[in-house]
Order: sequence, then C-alpha cells, then structure tokens
Amino acid sequence: MSMHRRNTSSVSRRPALLAALLLALPLLATAQSASAPGSTSSMDMSAMPGMDHGAMSNMPISANPDASATPEGKMPGTDHSSMPGMRPQAVDHHGMAGVDHGTKPKGLGDMSGKGAMPEMTMGPMQGGSPPPDARSPDYSDGVAGSTVHGLHMHGSKSFGMLLIDQLEAFHGRDATGQAWEVEGWYGDDENKLWVRTEGERSGGKLENGDLEAFWNHNVATFWSTQLGVRQDLGEGPGRTWAAFGVQGLAPYWFDVEATGYVGASGHTAARLRADYDMLFTQRLILRPETEINLYGRNDPQRRTGSGVSDVQFGLRLRYEIRRQFAPYIGLNWVRRTGTTADYARQDHQPVLDRQIVAGVRTWF
Amino acid sequence: MYLFPPRPADLSRRRFVQGMALGGAVAGLGLLRSSNVWALTSPGQPAVLSGTDFALDIAETPVNYTGASRLATTVNGGIPGPILRWKEGTTVNLRVTNRLHVPTSIHWHGIILPFQMDGVPGLSFDGIAPGETFLYRFQVRQSGTYWYHSHSGYQEQTGLYGPLVIEPAGPDRHRTDRDYVVMLNDWTDEDPERIYARLKKQSDYYNFAQPTVPDFFRDVREKGLSQALAMRRMWNEMRMNPTDFADVSGCTYTYLMNGAAPAGNWTGIFKPGEKIRLRFINGSAQTIFDVRIPGLKMTVISADGQDVEPVSVDEFRISVAETYDVIVEPQDERAYTLFAQSIDRSGYARGTLAPRAGMEAEVPRPDPVQWLAMRDMMGAMGGSAHGVAHDTPGVHGMQGMDHGAMPGMAHAAPVVRHARTEYGPGVDMRVDMPRTNLDDPGIGLRDNGRRVLTYADLHTIGGPVDAREPGREIELHLTGNMERFMWSFDGVKFSDAKPVHFNSGERLRIVLVNDTMMNHPIHLHGMWSELEDPDGRFQVRKHTINVQPAQRISYAVSADNPGNWAYHCHLMYHMEAGMFREVVVS
Repeated sequence: MSMHRRNTSSVSRRPALLAALLLALPLLATAQSASAPGSTSSMDMSAMPGMDHGAMSNMPISANPDASATPEGKMPGTDHSSMPGMRPQAVDHHGMAGVDHGTKPKGLGDMSGKGAMPEMTMGPMQGGSPPPDARSPDYSDGVAGSTVHGLHMHGSKSFGMLLIDQLEAFHGRDATGQAWEVEGWYGDDENKLWVRTEGERSGGKLENGDLEAFWNHNVATFWSTQLGVRQDLGEGPGRTWAAFGVQGLAPYWFDVEATGYVGASGHTAARLRADYDMLFTQRLILRPETEINLYGRNDPQRRTGSGVSDVQFGLRLRYEIRRQFAPYIGLNWVRRTGTTADYARQDHQPVLDRQIVAGVRTWF
Repeated sequence: MYLFPPRPADLSRRRFVQGMALGGAVAGLGLLRSSNVWALTSPGQPAVLSGTDFALDIAETPVNYTGASRLATTVNGGIPGPILRWKEGTTVNLRVTNRLHVPTSIHWHGIILPFQMDGVPGLSFDGIAPGETFLYRFQVRQSGTYWYHSHSGYQEQTGLYGPLVIEPAGPDRHRTDRDYVVMLNDWTDEDPERIYARLKKQSDYYNFAQPTVPDFFRDVREKGLSQALAMRRMWNEMRMNPTDFADVSGCTYTYLMNGAAPAGNWTGIFKPGEKIRLRFINGSAQTIFDVRIPGLKMTVISADGQDVEPVSVDEFRISVAETYDVIVEPQDERAYTLFAQSIDRSGYARGTLAPRAGMEAEVPRPDPVQWLAMRDMMGAMGGSAHGVAHDTPGVHGMQGMDHGAMPGMAHAAPVVRHARTEYGPGVDMRVDMPRTNLDDPGIGLRDNGRRVLTYADLHTIGGPVDAREPGREIELHLTGNMERFMWSFDGVKFSDAKPVHFNSGERLRIVLVNDTMMNHPIHLHGMWSELEDPDGRFQVRKHTINVQPAQRISYAVSADNPGNWAYHCHLMYHMEAGMFREVVVS
C-alpha cells in the first residue's frame, strides 16, 4: 500500500519535473552554444603552450585608439571585464604582470609609452549576440538589384538526405534480431522536415520502435530545435506523443540529441542520445554511442516504468569503404532500470543484455 | 602524420591522382575548324585562336581522365578551350553558340568591359539559351594573361574554361623566346551538383587528412599528454577541423595542366639558354595550387594580367582565378618538372619543360599536411614564431607562441566591426583582431626553405589607375559555417542579401575581414581591385584577391563602370552556397 502511494506521488510529481526540464532543453542548448565560445576564448590563452604573455608588452596594439596610457604598474589590473567571453582566470596573470619585462628591452619603450593592453575588446569567437552598435550588412542605399532574367539565387537550394545510421543484426543473451536507426531530412539551411525512426525486431515480430517527424530549425551555429510528433510502434498500445527537442554538435564533436515528449493522459518521456567518432584511420572509425530513455510514469502496457527506464551503450567499429557505405561490427549493452527492470524480470527478459551487432551504415 | 601519396597499394586512388596518359578531350586536338588556328611547335599544345572575330561552340564532349568516359562541357571541343589571343585596342567579336540542352554563358574574367558583355546570367544578360548564339562585342582596353569561363550552373567545373592572352598595343615589356600558357584545372568524374550536395550533408566528405587517434598517441609520445591535448583543445572546443583547406580534394579530383593529367605530362619544349614566359592560370573550380619548378628560379613579372616589378621566387601560391606570368631561363640540357600541388596536399598537377618531347624529371612528393596555425584562426592574436613548428612534421604550429613576433601587430590593430548578422547559425567564428600583414605565404608554405611569393612582393608598375584617396569605406566580412557548409558575406547568403551600391564615379575602399579558416579568392567583376598594404598605400592591381584565414585586407575600387556586377568568392562551391553579392554601380 505504501509502495503504491509512493509510486503515485512520484507519478504526479515527475511529469511536471520532466516537462520543466524538457522545456528548458532548447534554451539550455542555445545557452550552451553561446557560452561555449566564451570558454573557447578563455581556452585560447591556456591552449597555447609556451605562449609568452610577457612578450605581449611588445605589442603597440591599440584596439581602441582613444585608450589612455596605462602606467606600467597598472598592467596586472588590465580590465578583464572589457573582454567579454574571456574567463579572467584563464589568462596568465603572472605573464600579464610583466614577468618578462626585464628581458624585453624592445618592449619597454612601447610599454611605458602606450600601455600594452589597453581596453582590448575581444568578443567570443563563436555564438553570442550582436552588440548594440553592430554594423549593418546593408550597403544597398535603397538601390534595387538587377531585373534581368536568369539570376541564380546562390544559397537558396534545398537538399534531402536519407541516413541509415544503423541497420544491424544483434545477438543477445536470450534473443537475436534486427535493429535499425534511420533518419531522413529535406530542406534548406534554415528549415528542414526531419524524420527519424528506430526500433528492433525479434523472433520475427516488431518488439518496439518509434517514428518521429519534426520541423527542424537552425537556431545556432551547431544547434537546431526540433518540434514534432512521435508515434510508438511495436508491442503494446501505439502511443502518440508531441515531441520537442534540440540536436546538434557539442564541443569536442559530440553529436547530441535531446528530445522531450508529452503524450495523452499525462504521459511524459525523454530521450537523450550522444555519439562520437574516433578515427583510427581515415576510414576505420570507432563510434561510442549512448542512449537514455526516461518516462514520467509507469506504463505497464508498454512495459516501461517511471524514471530512467533503460540505458544503452554501444561501440561500433565501421570501415568506410566509401564515405557513404560502411559495414560495421560492434557491442551493445542494454540496461533496464527501475520499474522497467521489474517488468523485464516479470517477463523473463534480461535486465542487462549484452549484444554482438553487425550491420551497415549508409546514406544517400 | 599525413604524408602523401598514401600507401602505394591504394591503386584506385592513384589512378585519380595520376590520371590517364591519354586522357583529355577526345575530340580536342586536330579537329579545329576555324581557319585562323595556328598550332605551336610543340605537340599537345592547346589550340590558339587569334584575331578579332571568334566563333566559339559550347557543347558536350566525351573525355577520359581516369579510365572512365565522362561528358565534359567544352569550348570548341577542348579542355581547356582554345587560347584566345587578342590585341589591346582592337574590338573583338565573339559569337558564342550554345549546343547544350541547358543555358550557358561565358564570362571574360578580369576584362574591363560594359556590363552587358560580362556574361553573368541574371546580371549582364539572360544567358545563352540552348541553340542560341550570343554576340559578345567590346573593345579590348588592357593587355596580359586572363581567362574565360562559364558563369552558369557548375560548368566551370565540368570543363568550360580557357586562356585569354592579350598582346599590348605597344611593345611588350619583356621579350621572351618562348611563350607558354600553363592552365591549371581540377577535373572530377562526379557530377558537381552531387559534390555540392554531399558537402551539404557531410562537409568533411572529401577530407582524408583528418586528425586520428594514432596521431594523438604519437603526439603524446613525442610531446607529452598535456601538449597533445592542448594542441587539440581549441579545434575540439570550436568544432572545427585543422585540416579543412580545400573542401574538395584529390579524392575525387584529377588535377590538370593544360588539360593533361599528371600521367599525361604536358610538355613545353625549350632550348637551353632561352628565356621562357610561362603564363600560369588557375582555372580550377575549387583548388588553390602551390607551384614550383625544382631547379629553376621563377621571375614573376605579372599578376592578374598587370605587370609588376619583377621578383624572383622559388614558389608561389596561385589561388583560384588568379594568373601569374613568370620568366624562367633554363640553362641545362635537361627536363624540369612543373609541379603544382593542391593546397591540401591531396594531389598535384604536373608537366615538364624539356629540350625534347618525352623527357621527364623527378616529380616531387606533395609536402606533408600541416595543421592550420593559430594565426589562421585568431589572426593577430595567434601569430607564431617563425621556424619553431612548421618544418617539423607532426608539430603543428600551436606551440612556441611568441607574441613578440606577431606579424600583424606592427601596425595599430584596426577596429573590426562585425555585422549584426554575423551572430546567427551561418557563422562559426569571428576574428576580433585579424592579421593585416601581406607577407605571409600562407598555411603549408611557411618556413619551407623556399622563397615563396607573397602579396607583399607584388608592386604594380605605374601605380594605381586612380590616384584619388578613397572617399568612403565598405567593410564586408567573409563568413561561413564549415560544419553545415554555409558560406556568405556578413553572415548573409546572396539569396537573402541586398545589393551593394557604389556611386558611379566614386573611389571607395573595400575592407574584407576573413572570419573563416579558409582562403577565399574574392573577385569583383568589371572594375579593378587595387590592393593596399597595411598602411593604406597602393600595393598591386588585381581582379581576384585571395584573403587568407583570419586576415583583414583592403583595396581601392574606382566605380567607373556603371551596371550590375557580380562580386563573389571564386571557390565555386562557396559561391554556390551564397558567398556572392550583386554590386550596382549607378
């Protein structure tokens, strides 16, 4: 009884939490894409081993011509706040403080005269938002363009892609079967219709899977938002969800997808995916990949429980015979957790399944 | 380490790189109909048409460069098209007939002419419809080496290009015993539209020199873990590739010299002691070349058709659409290799200068691939000390930073003004402190032990066409998103952009800031681009100016040619993606 009540309470709370988290996802991603460059700028300094900051005193640079002379003693107090996107702690204060002044005879003159680092305005190299005084890109003076026929509108073209990322046979502890992960899109640089499907067959029947369709909209250099629907396939009721999420490329080249779902009668769910390509040669590529599914409440009919329902981790080693065709072999671990694991035990399904996989990755 | 060519076992690739000895336009040589063709003495030379009246037929012609037959788009059946020899001061009539099933056009690259004759569909004219003949007629008011190419679709990739040589009205400044055009091109068996589509889907599709896990462990072994991590850190955080030089590589391209694949070995004949003028033209769609002739000094006498103070070099980088005339004086009875490696070192075009046909000299291997350096990403903030990193394979130039040596910093750093449209999805980086120096030969050529030409070496004889100080300044930033393969000015693609307006008669300054990590050859139609040095003094007159990564350059333009003009990056796939503007002079 108490168990039941605990479940109930968590059911009532979790959807709200999940929904809040998921609603925040696009914002988080945008924020990340905007803040990442900040860290990039700060990293720029520390990422240059052997960089002689003391030698900066050599530079008679003056990004701001009106900057007043800075007395040498003030160097350590260089105004870091005037470098948006630069984390002050990343800058080598010791170097800036003029450690090498004694060894830079040429620089001293410039130093005392002009002040070495006057108000250097450095924005982030990526992302961010335009400063209020940003330049206009319009140099037309109101003049209209050519009216001659046959003008090609460079940059306006639409494309389509079908990516069969995984089409594989798996051999697990108790079962063998086939699985797929496929996505396709059509559209231009800004907006695309994006379709995604994944699932698995075992014993000749579709066990579970889903099909999603999104409006994919570029919102930042490496990120786009996705808004659409998901239809569950396979055993149990075919639930339909509203879907919203983000996908893109995180720093260090992690491909990331985060999608939240809201279904009928208070069902909520989320899926997080990330993968990474490790090049052993230009053609032999190891891809670690992980996927986490979360649900807001128990769904005994689809055998998914609230909370984290399952975690997958895969390692697939592919050989790109051509860029567009790569057979692979790999290992895949599927761990069901929480109530989902309980369901699995009841159904005599493995809670942890290790699978050997073999398949092809191809795209058109 | 990236040493090319890769394993000798990679035969299929070798065939692309070397091409077929008998490749080229099947219907090319010996089938020229015009009576004013005169062949040069050496066999295998491109056809030459001279005079004032020309009939040019654009048609599909089968070619075979790799063992597979493909249809090329050709002018009078040849790749390249015939050399057109004009004379300064004459009026030329060019009847261009379209025998294709799609519209076509010819643009006379670098020629100052009325905009209706400029050959850009949608700006100059409607284009040439299938079956139609268009008469180009204009007065030739300049001399030197230029070229022509299609401005329709992807035809400048599929073969529609050829050399233009204009004799001066007066005596030539340099008397030479022989005169050869050396046209460089990139041929692909693939449909260029597919190449573009692939780049949109996977922008590193053709890059087979990407950092690998073994590279990382080699660096750990040689330099320690923290160094190995540090040299990758910025690239990883910015999600940019340190070997993205060319977008399209020798993985699909066969590089041509005068229409011959490397195995075809185009040969120019000489007698020892002769003075030879070589007119290099980069007519590629997407490939920047580094050219040298081992064993010979080259004296550069002309850039983009305009005579410059002679400068003696071992090597020069020729960006897409640029031309350089050089003089060589081989003294020995031996063969010399004309070697033009692609900027990404994935292949080369090759030919030979020899006393007799059939001779060959050693062909160098392409240089090792170097990673882009800090200065290619951060401009003046990323200058690196000369000689520290670049000549050591595996050391990629991120170490040994010495800001005292920052090349661009000798001058007060110019204020960079990013457009408000540069903060969107189409832009992956912005450079706040670009380098302004012109004396950097560029990535892959720094400190290679050879004397390499830079823009700082080029001084046009006679000074600018217009001595007025520019009255105003237009600042444009070269922008892109390498991951999504988006290219633009100021973050705005041509399809979303308004024209750029020049007031007729004004002298103005264009400031270009390259907010990307790639080179961009920027070409303004119809008017000269007079490059300035970092202090604003006249440097060299050009029609195509290559802007290096994270570089700021400026040039003066006299808006003395009213009309609608194209203004764009001459990397064809960048132009196609939107790095293009219409300039209206009115």
